[in-house]
Amino acid sequence: MSDVAVDIRQLTRRFGALTAVSGLTLQIARGEVFGLLGPNGSGKTTTIRMLCGLLDPTDGTAIIAGLDVRTAAERVKMQIGYMSQRFGLYEDLTVAENLEFYGGIYGLTGRAGADRTAEVVEFLGIAGRLGQLAAQLSGGWKQRLALGCALLHRPPVLFLDEPTAGVDPAARRNFWQAIHDLAHGGTTVLVTTHYMDEAERCDRLAMMSLGHLIALGSPAEVAAQVGGKTLEDAFIILQERDER
Amino acid sequence: MMPRFWPMFRKEFIQMKRDRLTLGIMIGIPVVQLLMFGYAIQTDVRHIPTVVLDQSRTPESRDLIAAFENTGSFRIVAHVDGQPGLDAAIERGHAQAGIIVPPGYARDLGRGLTATVQIVIDASDPLSSQSALAAAAGVGQVRNLGALTAAAGGANAAIDVRIRPRYNPGLRSPNYIVPGLVGVILTLTLVLVTAMAIVRERERGTLEQLIVTPITKTELMLGKIAPYIGVGIVQMTAVLTLGRFVFDVPFSGSLVLLYGVSLIFVIASLSFGLFISTLVQNQQQAMQVSFFFVMPNILLSGFMFPRAAMPLPFQWFSEILPLTHYLQVLRGILLKGVGIRAIWPQVLILCGFAVGLITLAVRRFHKTLD
Repeated sequence: MSDVAVDIRQLTRRFGALTAVSGLTLQIARGEVFGLLGPNGSGKTTTIRMLCGLLDPTDGTAIIAGLDVRTAAERVKMQIGYMSQRFGLYEDLTVAENLEFYGGIYGLTGRAGADRTAEVVEFLGIAGRLGQLAAQLSGGWKQRLALGCALLHRPPVLFLDEPTAGVDPAARRNFWQAIHDLAHGGTTVLVTTHYMDEAERCDRLAMMSLGHLIALGSPAEVAAQVGGKTLEDAFIILQERDER
Repeated sequence: MMPRFWPMFRKEFIQMKRDRLTLGIMIGIPVVQLLMFGYAIQTDVRHIPTVVLDQSRTPESRDLIAAFENTGSFRIVAHVDGQPGLDAAIERGHAQAGIIVPPGYARDLGRGLTATVQIVIDASDPLSSQSALAAAAGVGQVRNLGALTAAAGGANAAIDVRIRPRYNPGLRSPNYIVPGLVGVILTLTLVLVTAMAIVRERERGTLEQLIVTPITKTELMLGKIAPYIGVGIVQMTAVLTLGRFVFDVPFSGSLVLLYGVSLIFVIASLSFGLFISTLVQNQQQAMQVSFFFVMPNILLSGFMFPRAAMPLPFQWFSEILPLTHYLQVLRGILLKGVGIRAIWPQVLILCGFAVGLITLAVRRFHKTLD
């Protein structure tokens, strides 16, 4: 496998007359924490959904871990972990049952499966909650469980769509620590966010506006490209421009 | 083969077990419906309240009225003095039938003329009026025959028609209703429960997480319906047991055959629900579409109304309803005690429905959000 984990070229998605993502081209290196930044409606979620195979691209290509999402969508699914914006696990199952279910779906059975689950439980520190129904968890614990289920099969690429929405600051910090740990281990992470402090913690950023890529580079470079002193300035400049 | 079927099955099973309300309804519905249908719905109408206008007032006329009452179809509730009284009783609903014996009844009978008797029936309810009509005609025939035989000097009747009502000699409604009810309850509950299955995951946002995994469409669909096969079998057993011990419904045929064919029907119903689930956007739509499909099953399958009485296009239409074929199997096995040789065409058709519907559901379902 090359050092490019995600290779997106001219990726486009239209919903009727609306073009949600227009000619997006970018590459993400292996082990990079890459942030996708932009106001609501800029096309972040649509992009992630296309990369996961949840939406078919109207045009363009995306190669993930060497596999084309348009022609090998089902094989791509073994290579990726995904956390949706909304909590996507079963609230009427316990933490352990959710982990067991996704483990089973990813083919982790027997001793190896149990070992891997124990490893993820340990990594995320959720051992004390295994018997609880997912519905009873707080936002922070739900998000950890969701990350755990997405990690079970050791995917080389992780897609996280606003993973820290509705999570308290302490839990957010822990979560980002986990993300960086994973990246050090060679996992590629593509994350969308609204929080500037989180954006600052990414290796590189892409800023999107109305489906277009506006700026690409390190957080400081992106701020400069959009014309703001800080990333937050840049974001507000963009948002105001979009709303006009 | 299908390694992800078992995790899916386990998950669905746990969720089903935890959803106490739905599970309770699914087991409760059969019991309530059985008692309701079994006790309340009697299609063999008896003891119709009847008023008598006897203008003859002779031993002959009283004998005739007694003959009507003895059929068991008529229950004399009042004697009236004139036509207005009789009309009023029927209009007010105090009586559903009236027997009018004209003044010259005994005289005509004595002279060997044709004596007339008039029966007035409130036919706004065709079911009860039919049974009254048949009973009245029967009384007339028996009397005629008696009179003719007497006139011919005691000769034997030329033809003796002997009717043997097979399979349900008592012509009891429960024998007909209860087996049908098994099919109706399975259709009603199983179609609805799986129609909700996929849209519920879509609404709760869990489908999105599920379809980014390598699970195949077939594994997902089969895992969803499998736990409910067990529910269907439990429902069926409940209805049959109650039917046997509370309503004395006979049990003539092979239980193994009955359960085998029922398994196929249960799978067909669940697959039908899954197919609906792939057509709709939310649970409310799923409910509406299910009822839209379930109603013709109940009305046209021959559960309530005989198919032979339907216009031909509706008879053809009812052929594409799984319940139509399953009812024939149920009544065949339970009442007639037939074996596979009598019902294999229906069994083949049901297999076709099961395989066809699940294939259709899998093909309609896409592992994308749009």
